Amino acid sequence: MTTQLALSQLLNGLQLGVLLFLMAAGLTLVFGIMSFVNLAHGSLYMLGAYFGAATFANTDSFLLALLAAVAGAAAVGLVLDRFALTRLYERDHLDQVLATFGLILFFNEVIRIIWGPGSIFMQVPEALSATVELFGFAYPAYRFAIIVAGLAVALGLYLLIQKTRIGMLIRAGATNPHMVASLGVDIKGLNTLVFALGAGLAGLAGVMAGPIISVQPGMGEPVLILTLVVIIIGGLGSIRGAFYGALIVGVVDTLGRAFMPTVMRALFERNTADAAGPALASMLIYLLMAVVLALRPQGLFPAGSGATR
Amino acid sequence: MTTSALETVRLVKRFGGVTATDQVSLTVAPGELHALIGPNGAGKSTLIGQLAGELSPDAGDIRLFGQSVIGRPVHERARLGLGRTYQITQLAREFTALDNVLLGVNARRGGNTRFWGPARQDLESVARARAALDQVGLGERAEAQVAALAHGEQRQLEIAMALATEPRLLLLDEPLAGMSQGEAQAMVTLLRGLKKHYTMLLVEHDMDAVFTLADRVSVLVYGRIIATGTVAEIRANADVRAAYLGEETAA
Amino acid sequence: MSALWPTAIDWRAPRTWVALGTLALLLVLPLLAEFVSGDGADFWVKFATRVMIYALAAIGLNLILGFGGLVSFGHAMYVMLGSYAVAIPTEHGITSGWLHLVIALAAAFVLALVVGAISLRTTGIAFIMITLAFAQMLFFAAVSLKQYGGDDGLTVAARSDFGVISIAGHIGLYYVALTVVLLALYLSWRAVLSPFGLVLRASKANARRTLALGHPVFRFQLAAYVASALLCAVAGVLLANLTQFASPAYGAWTLSGELIVVVILGGLGTVFGPLIGAILLLALEEALPTLVEALLPAYKANWMLLLGLFIFLIALTLERGVYGSLPERARGRQQP
Repeated sequence: MTTQLALSQLLNGLQLGVLLFLMAAGLTLVFGIMSFVNLAHGSLYMLGAYFGAATFANTDSFLLALLAAVAGAAAVGLVLDRFALTRLYERDHLDQVLATFGLILFFNEVIRIIWGPGSIFMQVPEALSATVELFGFAYPAYRFAIIVAGLAVALGLYLLIQKTRIGMLIRAGATNPHMVASLGVDIKGLNTLVFALGAGLAGLAGVMAGPIISVQPGMGEPVLILTLVVIIIGGLGSIRGAFYGALIVGVVDTLGRAFMPTVMRALFERNTADAAGPALASMLIYLLMAVVLALRPQGLFPAGSGATR
Repeated sequence: MTTSALETVRLVKRFGGVTATDQVSLTVAPGELHALIGPNGAGKSTLIGQLAGELSPDAGDIRLFGQSVIGRPVHERARLGLGRTYQITQLAREFTALDNVLLGVNARRGGNTRFWGPARQDLESVARARAALDQVGLGERAEAQVAALAHGEQRQLEIAMALATEPRLLLLDEPLAGMSQGEAQAMVTLLRGLKKHYTMLLVEHDMDAVFTLADRVSVLVYGRIIATGTVAEIRANADVRAAYLGEETAA
Repeated sequence: MSALWPTAIDWRAPRTWVALGTLALLLVLPLLAEFVSGDGADFWVKFATRVMIYALAAIGLNLILGFGGLVSFGHAMYVMLGSYAVAIPTEHGITSGWLHLVIALAAAFVLALVVGAISLRTTGIAFIMITLAFAQMLFFAAVSLKQYGGDDGLTVAARSDFGVISIAGHIGLYYVALTVVLLALYLSWRAVLSPFGLVLRASKANARRTLALGHPVFRFQLAAYVASALLCAVAGVLLANLTQFASPAYGAWTLSGELIVVVILGGLGTVFGPLIGAILLLALEEALPTLVEALLPAYKANWMLLLGLFIFLIALTLERGVYGSLPERARGRQQP
């Protein structure tokens, strides 16, 4: 186990982390403002990946693919919010969970009908297909670009939320929705905006992940569940919590998978280690979540504790 | 000297920069009806939350019957004999009135881990629940669903539930809130009757009610107790008039 | 001293009729299947057994979801646990069904105690997500059990041996499953109306008040959570025997979702609802592919699209569920 390997795994963890942040930001905001559980958030990620992959295959322009993914997912989000979900915002969480669970099945089949049941291939854009030299070792340029782009989006989101009027309303809405409504703000419009923004970010995560994972029906579910872990660890409704939670989960998961088997082998005899290592690695983030919850049920950076201030 | 039913010692609770409870020391003697009044935003709800255990204070002590209850959860304080009602009615809405009260009776009687015999077939518990309903004048409405009860009846039920737990101290959070004149009158009569049997801390907005019922009154303004005394003393207190009564007459 | 029925039954109420009619049908189902479809009877008996297994798991889930008001999105993990409690011992030559059952119950008890104690520290949305995450954790643990088939699952060579109660034949297994369902229904009926159930239901209706009256709500919720997990584990034992297979797929989060659908479809917070819900959902899942094949043969594989829409619409429109919408009492009758 060399330092280089550890460093490159750390970068892989960061890369997963920023993708999770893009997912978690939207989900946690929608929860914070509308108190809405959207399990279909993973479907928007999947749609983003498909929109992007299809556009890239047809136009050879990665930039257009990005645009198509973000705009497409945001548009689907907009339609969902306006025509399907509005009536659910006032309902209890059980109805929301059930309805969006139904939507997941729906979207998976829509994708199967249009693009078939198998996975489709999305290439790494040519300009980013090489490696970059980092700390004296080569790291895939595309993965590095994901990290940079993800952090840039995080910074943009931070500025949007901290420095603009819209951001102020979103912050206020996340801590006290009724107060915002009583100020005469068009709360419905704000909801739609936040929902579409979250959907667009999920789409962006999908298309950026496209070239490094397999684009297939149902690809949104594992990511959705990781995202849920992120926002529980970070604290529901908190953007800052989503950011740190995503990085923690990304890094812990990646390093766990990379090194847990080796660590286990050093501690236990080979058979036990080979059996338990991968199991423990894939359970690591859930154990982390359990520990966080046992110590701080409201998450590490709960909304309204200064996290959104 | 007998032990106080309730005693707070320099209780402090802050929310961010706001001190909602500021060095509050309050004593409720056994048998007395102690009223707590104060203008809106004085911190009455915050104080009650701390007494009941729903909020934890930043400093100070709370003693129930001489025993410190800081850090003790809500249900344990109830077991120690603290019965409370809520400003905004807190009932199991899809239950009948009787089942709501039965829940209170069972909290005191125990045996709630029984999962075989039906709750309604425990005749002793049901009888006690009916007695509590009779006590507040709701005997006729035992089988009505909470949702079907009038507002005033729901307020009565609030009190019946608290009585069912056989409390040693009743904490009544604005029992007259939202009542019509007639309903309020009936409630005052009910409280006057209860006064003979229970120690009470009454938080109330209605000054007439407070002045007819209370043995002693404490006045809370901006999180501080500015005066404690008999009704006559409070009426005569200049600070109270300035901070509270003056405002009331102006309004 | 307590009567056989925990509450007075109104024999003229629609609910009573539907419940009794359903039970009567279930009792004679194998005969009916033999009579109607002859050689194809096996299929119907196996299908009905699957319905019973879903119903059992849903009756378990209903304890915590319907009566406790806590949305657990991870109950499939206990079903999976139960199935492995059959498959793994059988792999090692231990075929005693009683032992399988004890292992399943013990494992589910310990797991539910730990998961419940942690998850119940939260409420509402966080509880949903945490139970889901724990189920995923167990799912991945099963996937990584390479020596027991990992992702591919593990076949069960022979059905569990329960001594005189033979479940080797499909009909024997069906009646065992039906009996267990009836027992679970009766048990949950009594539990719901007991002092324990009163506190549990009150904690759903108004947890704050229940606590303020002096009830340690957490302990009641945990007890209900563990009980519900145990029923799901028994369902898993039966499932492994029906399919002679155990797999991480039994713990998939979609199955947890389906169990919630079953409870809602039947009627949240009704004792009998989960059984009706299981019948309806599985019948629909059986009928939809056939229907789609008849109308649009090219899209036969995509019938789940309709199921998804159906679930979405249920969530939007069906407040009380099918069984829950039936009147509890005959028309014109006052509450007893």
